[in-house]
Amino acid sequence: MTIPLRRAALAAMACALALPALAETVPESTDPIVINGGEVELQTAAPAPEHLDGALDEIYSGWLFRDPDTQTMQTDDFENPGMIFVDQGMDEWNMVEGEAGKSCASCHEDVSESMKGVRATTPKVNKDGALWSVEDYVNDCRTNRMQAEALDWNGNRMKNLTALISMQSRGMPMDVAIDGPAQPFWEQGKEMYYTRYGQLELACANCHEDHFGDWIRADHLSQGQTNGFPVYRLKQAGLVSQHNRFRGCIRDTRAETFPMGSDEFRALELYVASRGNGLPVEGVSVRH
Amino acid sequence: MADNVKPRVRVPKTASKDEVIQIKTLISHPMESGQRKDKDGNIIPRSIINRFHVTFNGTDVIDVTMEPAISTNPYFEFEAKVPESGEFVFTWYDDDGSVYEDKHSVEVS
Amino acid sequence: MKIDRREVLVVGAGAAALASLPLTAMAQDGAAEKTADELIAEFTGGAEVAEGDGVTLTAPEIAENGNTVPISVEAEGASEILVLAPGNPTPPVATFKFGELAGAHMASTRIRLAETQDVVAVAKLADGSFVRTSSNVKVTIGGCGG
Repeated sequence: MTIPLRRAALAAMACALALPALAETVPESTDPIVINGGEVELQTAAPAPEHLDGALDEIYSGWLFRDPDTQTMQTDDFENPGMIFVDQGMDEWNMVEGEAGKSCASCHEDVSESMKGVRATTPKVNKDGALWSVEDYVNDCRTNRMQAEALDWNGNRMKNLTALISMQSRGMPMDVAIDGPAQPFWEQGKEMYYTRYGQLELACANCHEDHFGDWIRADHLSQGQTNGFPVYRLKQAGLVSQHNRFRGCIRDTRAETFPMGSDEFRALELYVASRGNGLPVEGVSVRH
Repeated sequence: MADNVKPRVRVPKTASKDEVIQIKTLISHPMESGQRKDKDGNIIPRSIINRFHVTFNGTDVIDVTMEPAISTNPYFEFEAKVPESGEFVFTWYDDDGSVYEDKHSVEVS
Repeated sequence: MKIDRREVLVVGAGAAALASLPLTAMAQDGAAEKTADELIAEFTGGAEVAEGDGVTLTAPEIAENGNTVPISVEAEGASEILVLAPGNPTPPVATFKFGELAGAHMASTRIRLAETQDVVAVAKLADGSFVRTSSNVKVTIGGCGG
């Protein structure tokens, strides 16, 4: 008896979330994020990429949807707690490990040169036709060139490195390829984006396309852009990777989620990244 | 000792005599409050930095008693008066007895 | 003079670990927790505490996440400022003692608030008197797995 009732309640909740359709709330201002007193300026809005076909008019940084206190933490590289992990990523970069006696720096030398732009164009299809995230490139180097163990996708060492790598693209517009060999992956990701998952029957689009700027409990929904990742999230008081955030969102729809580092999440990462093509990489952003 | 504890300190490199300067510090530390439970329902023991102390040429600037209500990766911002060239010593004291220290010199012109 | 940019000494856990053990044990004994009033009385030695002027506490009206709430305290000439969060499972937050070389007697930090509450700051002023102030912070529940 209780099961149908609970289902009914869930269906009602899902409806409440889904209605009224297309009621997004555009941010009041789209001021840039001014960091370190003007040393870095990051645009917070850009025209929606063409492939969105009018689904959005403009794309917005998640920073615009946060409270002033959270926003302020990202305007100074000292006050941004994520930067401590960028420092730790630099230690990681220089750390010799594995049978080959190498560090990242042994081959890639100066991170600010060699990793510039990497984050802005990843995930991308590698030379063997596989779609790779930054984490895959890191682990490929570790296992093949360094002959060291792969790092855990969600472990601190990996997140510190991806934060360091992301910082080298700060300010560069997201520009992931969606055509050619990337197209099938992009199509797969797009299908996932519009697929309703879980007992709450919510697709990414139901919140982040139809209702960005609106309240979700005591919170504002963002467009779910990924240009700020990895983020320092106040809730976890630590860095959060894109796949970890995807996992959290899908879990919140009361679905069985995909694992971090799965092909599904790589495809979704590509598609979501492409929705943000034009927004600058924020390096390590601060969210709540 | 908590894993990979790392201080960051921002102090100007130069100052004029008796100038009041702004200092910011951040240290990576989980600040385990002693309130949380693990998956089996057992309390995760408290493990925090319980004191932060700053001196300049041996004279006190600020001394903070820290409790579990201080956030993960503790952040402090405060001001110091610099009467002469010298060295700031920043010291964080961990519950487990570890001590983390960072030093920064300031030149008074 | 050269700048020692990041000279980090980590003194081993050895002997000092023993000294800190009783503290840790006490912290886990729920029965030993003091109330905010008791902590203030301890701080003031039972002296009278005036309300308002002389101490400021800056905190957000609404905190997006109770895990990391930025606050600042300031009290001109104060030797110490005690900060309490009476709505937390353990009310003490921090005590700031200002030394001879403190600039303005102010400090900012980030704190944890378990629920919506009045955060309290009590300052011991230069003349030895005490003043207190408080600031209400609403702690919200986030949208996603908040």
